[in-house]
Amino acid sequence: MRKPTRRRSLLDRIKSFGKEWSLPRQLQGQSHVDKAAESSMSRSLRPRLEEADSVGTSICPYCAVGCSQLVYAKDGKVIHVEGDPRSPINQGTLCPKGAATFGLLTSPRRIDKVLYRRPGGTEWEVKPLDWAMDRIAFLTKRTRDESFVRRLPDGTLVNHTLALASLGGATLDNEENYAIKKLFSGGLGMVWIENQARV
Amino acid sequence: MPQWDLANSDVILVMGSNMAENHPIAFRFVMQAKERGATVIHADPRFTRTSALCDIYAPVRAGSDIAFLGGIIRYILEKDLWFKEYALHYTNIATIIDERYQGPDELDGLFSGWDEEGKRYTYESWQYEGMTVPSSLAEHYIDTTESFNDETKRLSEGPPPQDMTLQHPNCVYQIMRRHYAGYTPEMVEKVTGCPAETFLKICEALTKNSGPDRTGAICYAVGWTHHSTGVQMIRAAAIIQALLGNVGRPGGGILALRGHTSIQGSTDIPTLYDMLPGYLPQPHAFKPHETFKDFLEMEQTPTGWWANFPKYAVSLLRAWYGDAATPENDWGFDWLPKIIGDHSQLPMTVAMRDGVIRGLFLMGQNPVVGSSNSHMVQRGLANLEWLVVRDFAETESATFWYQGHQVRNGEVRPEDIKTEVFLMPASLAGEKAGTFTNTHRLIQWHDRVVDGPGDSRSELWFVHHLAKRLKALYAESDRPQDEPLKNLTWDYSEDDVMGEPSADDVLKEINGYTWPERKQVGDYQDLKDDGSTACGCWIYSGVYPAEAHNQSRSRCPDGPDGPGTHLGWAFAWPSNRRTLVNRASADPDGKPWSERKKLMWWNAEKGHWDGHDKPDFPRTKSPDFKPDWDSQPQGMDAIGGADPYIMIADGKASLFVPSGLKDGPLPTHYEPVEAPIRNPMYKVQGNPTAKRWEHWDNPLHDPGSPDYPYALTTYRLTEHHSGGTPTRSVPTTAELQPEGFAEISYELAEELGIKNLDWVVLTTARGEIETRALLTHRLRPFHYDGRIIHQIGLPWHFGWKGYATGDIANVLTALIGDPNTSMHENKALTCNLRRGRLGKGH
Ligand code: SF4
Repeated sequence: MRKPTRRRSLLDRIKSFGKEWSLPRQLQGQSHVDKAAESSMSRSLRPRLEEADSVGTSICPYCAVGCSQLVYAKDGKVIHVEGDPRSPINQGTLCPKGAATFGLLTSPRRIDKVLYRRPGGTEWEVKPLDWAMDRIAFLTKRTRDESFVRRLPDGTLVNHTLALASLGGATLDNEENYAIKKLFSGGLGMVWIENQARV
Repeated sequence: MPQWDLANSDVILVMGSNMAENHPIAFRFVMQAKERGATVIHADPRFTRTSALCDIYAPVRAGSDIAFLGGIIRYILEKDLWFKEYALHYTNIATIIDERYQGPDELDGLFSGWDEEGKRYTYESWQYEGMTVPSSLAEHYIDTTESFNDETKRLSEGPPPQDMTLQHPNCVYQIMRRHYAGYTPEMVEKVTGCPAETFLKICEALTKNSGPDRTGAICYAVGWTHHSTGVQMIRAAAIIQALLGNVGRPGGGILALRGHTSIQGSTDIPTLYDMLPGYLPQPHAFKPHETFKDFLEMEQTPTGWWANFPKYAVSLLRAWYGDAATPENDWGFDWLPKIIGDHSQLPMTVAMRDGVIRGLFLMGQNPVVGSSNSHMVQRGLANLEWLVVRDFAETESATFWYQGHQVRNGEVRPEDIKTEVFLMPASLAGEKAGTFTNTHRLIQWHDRVVDGPGDSRSELWFVHHLAKRLKALYAESDRPQDEPLKNLTWDYSEDDVMGEPSADDVLKEINGYTWPERKQVGDYQDLKDDGSTACGCWIYSGVYPAEAHNQSRSRCPDGPDGPGTHLGWAFAWPSNRRTLVNRASADPDGKPWSERKKLMWWNAEKGHWDGHDKPDFPRTKSPDFKPDWDSQPQGMDAIGGADPYIMIADGKASLFVPSGLKDGPLPTHYEPVEAPIRNPMYKVQGNPTAKRWEHWDNPLHDPGSPDYPYALTTYRLTEHHSGGTPTRSVPTTAELQPEGFAEISYELAEELGIKNLDWVVLTTARGEIETRALLTHRLRPFHYDGRIIHQIGLPWHFGWKGYATGDIANVLTALIGDPNTSMHENKALTCNLRRGRLGKGH
């Protein structure tokens, strides 16, 4: 845990400044990159990461360069994201987007409930997840059943529906893309399946 | 090529990409190469940070890339600077083409085989003399309906006809010389606007730095793909690299800098309409795909690696339909839906707009911002019965019904929009486990460290629980149409109280296992066509080769003295190979071309290939192996020991492409569909096979239209990502790049009386947007035929949601597609511009 720093009076501060000002120490030959830059204040600071109770390896969610990240968490909340120094791609670095990953995970704009807009509605309504899943399964089945084509007029077997579509996948995991293609194409017979590859 | 391999390049051409700003971490390797003495070149309509860090910058007019690259090809051939030993043996440069072939140099812009009525080509005259060659990639010939089958069998009868002296008038070498004869430095200057002197400096740098001892790389991004000639731009780069011997070698290659974190993975395991996992074609109603036997006959190439096609197709069907797939029912082949045409994103917009599509899932994609013709997209969404949006925040696509353009301008009231909308909170990487595949085919696992907020769930959770519900709803059905769903294997274990399915289980299925024992297969070479193996995506085999071995989680990079291929860091498909076609890093005899560019070599003593990478070649195939043509060899038996391009039916790089491309066997300069000028090179104005979707909601501008006199190009910013949701929602990135703007040259601004930061209105026939003017010297006007052609640059990330907002660039863009990929043409359009603002209600 971080130690609370003692409040110091103005006089204290001036005194310690005189004592701790780095310039005289640098002039005496102390290295400007580490030792001379220290102060009693900086010595009392602890890295935020020390508070983490878990860390995992992640991959930057933005572009396809594939930079590796380390995600640190405490009590089930992310407290820090940084580049993984072991990666031969990014060697610990991240670009402005990758460095924003912590801000992404903790964005105040995140939603945490299903929002539902009924036909003709003018507002969102909050709905339970289970209810939404049931309703979506029902709508999927209804649309599929009403639109399914087994054969074209010339008799060609097609086993498909043109009334259901899915868009997206390039931001998702391979396992997720696999599940989407397997269920939507191999199970439901959807043909409108696309992602950002053509954007 | 692996991104880090760029550090080994002696020359790097970045074109169709602003790499320093959009792939900054990959650009480190370009800078490392530069520090080691490499020449770095940037060709682009805008002078960007990439240009600023380069040795040579070439300004090129948006959409003129093939004229530029064709000029380089001409220079290489005319000055005889190609890498003879490499190209003569490893490409089809000596192959003789059908005598009926004629090129655009003879037919004023068209190739032989043009069918004016159907607006398409027939391909007979593009074939090798006396034999028909199948395409090597399913993706590219899905709409061609003719059967190559019987004719392609002749590939097994003997090698393609060649003239190694290159004298035959119809050998590829002679055809290319004729084809590119007109692409002189003067013509390059006229068409692209790049001074001939700069152009020649670039040609020199590229050729000087290629050969046995040196290699060059080309990096591109969507600046090449977003054109009606995008595929051919990349083809032109491939021709240059094959001629210069820059493929399969350290520091050599073409690096596609792709956009989204797993855009490569979602192409390999495609959430795309035309392919099944591993680049197998989706069955097509209008191709001879009636039965599984027909499908295999049609799609299996007799020679080369794709002869293994049946193994991958049967294993996929086994993975999807389990025990229900039997030899008697063709492994369930009939259950796969057949496509009937182009079901890609652009026609999807039309199908929504016209009410064909009634229910839509949006999984982390935001088409109101990201899709061409945003107004049409919004009208399409308003025409749906229901819409499921899975994202982590409100997106423009989820809120079109109360904030969309048509609502704001009074065209429609929310009360009249019948779409039922679900916006479901999605988990992000860090909150779920799984793999992403990066731009150089590296499959990397990410851990689940925390849970997403509240009801946030992974897409895997969503699909898994939707599948379980649908299976329950259909359980009692005995209709044949419901058999595929009922038979679909779906037994992934659930990890926790939320019922999160195991991503490990899914990756194991993708890797493949024996059936029914479910013992992991080690590699795709273990897959069978008799139903004894199940595999979700054959090219990913090896990523999870044993029960407790997830190679995508491996994190062992090479040390500073290691070979630098980092074989212990994650898994690169296929078979953990880092450099494709790496057999070409050795000469025909199997010796490295030079000590400096050593990667793989034939170890004669041990009788196998050795090197720093996994060989992309049969490990024990000796360089002197020659096919025994008397035995009519199939598959890899028809590929010689000095033919490195094993995925292609004749084992050689296709400088000239006989099958698989709809717009011609050689890249040819056409103007964009919406161009400010007439084509200076041919009578044919634009790509004659470009896809257009005629719709009143999608009007196009005539070439040279005085109503839309300016060239418009769209681009991206470092601080924002694609459709913008994941960066416009983050305070830091929003603060760095807080609102939309258009880049306008000082010359144009002066003409129109526009000052920096003024409001301006951009107009096309599709719509109007207002934004701020950013006056700049980075975009310069071009002179053509005594006229000045102004270009306007427009970042396209912005929308009405989030902390950083701006009007939607895609309101201006149109549905126009590359004939091969249906990729839109947003990098080169025309528009009008004026000072001012849009009226109220906008
Ligand atoms: S850190 Fe930047 S360069 Fe690296 S993957 Fe993320 S967005 Fe791409």
